[in-house]
Amino acid sequence: MSAVATDLQRVVEDAAAHLYVWALKDIPQDLRDALADARERETSVPGRRVLDTIVRNVQVADDEGNLVCQDTGIAVYTCHVGERFPLHPARIYEALRDGTERATLEHPLRSNAVHTITRENTGPNTGYRLPIVHWEFVPDWDGLDVKCVPKGSGSENMSFLKMCVPADGVKGIKQFVLESIVGAGGKPCPPGIVGVGIGGSADYAMYLAKEAITRPIGTRNPDPVVAQLEDELFELLNETGIGPMGLGGDVTVLQCHVEHADTHMTLNPVAVNYQCWAARRATAHVAADGTVDFDREA
Amino acid sequence: MAVHEVTFPITDEAEILKLRAGDEVVVQGHVIGIRDRTQIRIFDQGQEPPMDLRGAFLLHTAPGVRKLDDGRYEKVCIGTTTSARMVRFTEPLGERYGVRAICGKGGFPDEAIEPMRRYGMVYFAIVGGAAALETTQIEEIEEVAWEELMPECLWKFRVKDFGPLTVGIDAHGNSLYHDVQTAAQEKLKELFARL
Repeated sequence: MSAVATDLQRVVEDAAAHLYVWALKDIPQDLRDALADARERETSVPGRRVLDTIVRNVQVADDEGNLVCQDTGIAVYTCHVGERFPLHPARIYEALRDGTERATLEHPLRSNAVHTITRENTGPNTGYRLPIVHWEFVPDWDGLDVKCVPKGSGSENMSFLKMCVPADGVKGIKQFVLESIVGAGGKPCPPGIVGVGIGGSADYAMYLAKEAITRPIGTRNPDPVVAQLEDELFELLNETGIGPMGLGGDVTVLQCHVEHADTHMTLNPVAVNYQCWAARRATAHVAADGTVDFDREA
Repeated sequence: MAVHEVTFPITDEAEILKLRAGDEVVVQGHVIGIRDRTQIRIFDQGQEPPMDLRGAFLLHTAPGVRKLDDGRYEKVCIGTTTSARMVRFTEPLGERYGVRAICGKGGFPDEAIEPMRRYGMVYFAIVGGAAALETTQIEEIEEVAWEELMPECLWKFRVKDFGPLTVGIDAHGNSLYHDVQTAAQEKLKELFARL
């Protein structure tokens, strides 16, 4: 590798190490606002107690410099790589892995990574195919955006896939999302972000559902048809009465985001991926010259 | 909905029987940390837990800790995990070991209601994810057993003003989770009809 690439790999590694810890400690402003707003809207006694505690917890994390939640999750990164960014994605992956390890050891953070059969720990939040990286490639650009989304298991365990048929239509999609969130009850730490992926294939629908939970709260899909589905699902989900931590109330979800892909004429896949109220994310914008801008709101 | 302060381990059953689903509780005294692998070892692999669980308050946790030079552990970040995975241990925890309270997040399904009524136990709902606050309420890690299961060891914490917790399931057969789920299933029928 050239000296430039070596330096850039180090820059991305440092950025990843910073992002992982930062995301765990300092949740984005849009999320703080959404939680405060939820606290205002909630009328049930246990629901208000939960939201009061959440708001207090975020403040304590700020004051103590501690993690918002103990579940350091699995490290998930989404990368937007410009076609002229001078470091190959193979090396970007190495840098993200090394940065995750360093953050885990240096802080220290709880290490959650295990072999899926033996259940033995595989490393400091790394292992075979861990961390997980989503890639998008951007033409006519020389930068790199890395978003770190530590994904807790309580919410990830509440992931659901259904291969609806075309005749089920949008109604089938809505029914499945509603059933999934009611069935999940308090387990995924509501109120959080419901990510819905529709279209594509089975695997891609779930990939899109994960993409959906990484968006800033309340952003809307650029396709107006999909944005309308987001609005409708958001209203419907908050009518279920599941409430904060499943103890009953008005606020079951902070938002519902939908991502879509075009699909086969006989397919109608629907995937649901839940993100808990501690919807942690942090982004680094890396320029080709190695300058880094950290961004909590992207 | 009443507000209570309870100290664990409890010695008087009345302390548990006065709690009703929906009540708010703040806990003092000692809390035992336990998780999936800890309970698999006790109940599936038949190993006796090296701590007294009589009257105990169990917390579903796998804490983030730092090991000190003298072998003790210092808290880093201690929070709570999803309880539902561990519901099948409720009955033997009450029957064999006299556990009186289980605390976690997300609730227990209905199969916990009858054992909790029979053995005078309660389920406390904590706010999942609120670990920064929870950590400040844990004064000290007093004991650790089965360190090889790290972080799913058996932990003994001394706590101060631990909470606020909500009684999710009481010892009288009431469950908030059951009530919320029943109402939500009814609501779903109405919502589906509107789609």
